[in-house]
Amino acid sequence: MSPVRKASALLLAAALPLALAGCGGASGGGAAGGGTTVSVFAAASLKAPFTQLAEQFEADNPGTTVTLSFAGSSDLATQISQGAPADVFASADTKNMAKLGDAGLVEGSPRAFATNVLTIVVPPANPASIGSFADLANPGVKTVICAAQVPCGAAAKTLEQGTGTTLQPVSEESSVTDVLGKVVSGEADAGLVYVTDAKAAGDKVREIRFPEAAEAVNTYPIAAVRTSKNKDAAAAFIAAVTGSEGQQVLRGAGFGTP
Amino acid sequence: MGRPRGNAYSGIPRWVVAVAAVGALLVLLPLAAMVARVNWPQFIPLVTSESSLTALGLSLRTATASTALCVLFGVPLALVLARGDFPGQRLLRAFVLLPLVLPPVVGGLALLYAFGRQGLLGRSLEIAGLQIAFSTTAVVLAQTFVALPFLVVSLEGALRSAGSRYEAVAATLGARPTTVLRRVTLPLVLPGLASGAVLSFARCLGEFGATLTFAGSLQGVTRTLPLEIYLQREADADAAVALSLLLVVVAVVVVGLSYRGPAPAGTGSRPARSAGGQGTA
Repeated sequence: MSPVRKASALLLAAALPLALAGCGGASGGGAAGGGTTVSVFAAASLKAPFTQLAEQFEADNPGTTVTLSFAGSSDLATQISQGAPADVFASADTKNMAKLGDAGLVEGSPRAFATNVLTIVVPPANPASIGSFADLANPGVKTVICAAQVPCGAAAKTLEQGTGTTLQPVSEESSVTDVLGKVVSGEADAGLVYVTDAKAAGDKVREIRFPEAAEAVNTYPIAAVRTSKNKDAAAAFIAAVTGSEGQQVLRGAGFGTP
Repeated sequence: MGRPRGNAYSGIPRWVVAVAAVGALLVLLPLAAMVARVNWPQFIPLVTSESSLTALGLSLRTATASTALCVLFGVPLALVLARGDFPGQRLLRAFVLLPLVLPPVVGGLALLYAFGRQGLLGRSLEIAGLQIAFSTTAVVLAQTFVALPFLVVSLEGALRSAGSRYEAVAATLGARPTTVLRRVTLPLVLPGLASGAVLSFARCLGEFGATLTFAGSLQGVTRTLPLEIYLQREADADAAVALSLLLVVVAVVVVGLSYRGPAPAGTGSRPARSAGGQGTA
């Protein structure tokens, strides 16, 4: 191999990792445009209200950009503990917030800012004539719930124990969106989802409220991440969520007051 | 020709080897990182838990059934694509290969709209007493859907490179098409068929998105090993890592033991190939 060729080969080999690194641009906050960036990691169920809140926050705080990352709370907690650059974490349950707290990654004590309860959704025609929680256990009813490993499944389990009803689900999904999807597509006769999911689905499903739902309330905590480099902006965003304006947006999406 | 393997030209430029090493690292590094994360003292209890073994058993059973379906439908498809000559052939190939590039979730949605309760065939199937939604059948359908192209691609390639000279000779000697297929064509491409079947089986084992969308997730019925990993990851990272390693080991054993890759030119397992390999006769 000639020296020139060798050099170009080395260059090529050296350029590859750079090219790969280039793909990961746009991460890391703060540098762009001289303004401040708040990176908010929020539970998937918060997508609609937090998107709205972020826009309001950006309008109220010129120069500040809010980047939102939505996923399952346990995914987010894992990502943050693996070093993802989050400034604020909003979890759909206290368990995943506690997991992050145990890892020493939570700044101060988390604040509860919303609650959510389960509700029954059925296809608009309600083919299995569901009218109550107990109806879900009727023979032949195709009920879909979350698996016990995820928060919505844990809540369903609590309801089963509280009401003495044993469900025989045809599927135990890993996320509440998958449960909703099975009902929207008409595959399932009924599903247990959060009231906020039912509200967001609009007239694609019919919601059947049941009084026992109040026995399993999920509390949503929010906190700044200890490794955050924008602690002031993070605190300001949390204040906006817990303040009256933020609470109003959350109420509008169907969340309850903690 | 029939060049022995040892004398094969191997003058690969060194820079190609360097880039190949980077490529190999891209695959091996994450796997090594996963192995490093395994909680070894807990490994055996984690992978032998009831839910793990149920998921593994379901995965192996459904992947076997799906591979059988892939062979059943894939062999005729590959024959039609390799040997046939009809309008729309290229279009048919493009559609058969579509699941290779479709995100599995899209495949799952498409299956849902075809075989689901509200789907195209769902109502007729339900009247016939067949309920596919949330059943193991749905898992097999999803796996067959995503794995079929692997068999068709492998076999069509083997059929094309084997050429049709022997088939033409057999036909001139009076053999009927089915006899030619059985006695000449299939024995000739058996290694290609085997490779295709192994690839399909491996793809079935890893199938996730279409299954989740189309079949749901219930222990022992539809929750295959990838779905179990996805679920365990929510609650118990150690279990998810242990199961992931189990899946990797099963896949490596299956593929490593039986997949030989495309037969190298001139060293193949068939009669010496001539320059007219693509012969039209």
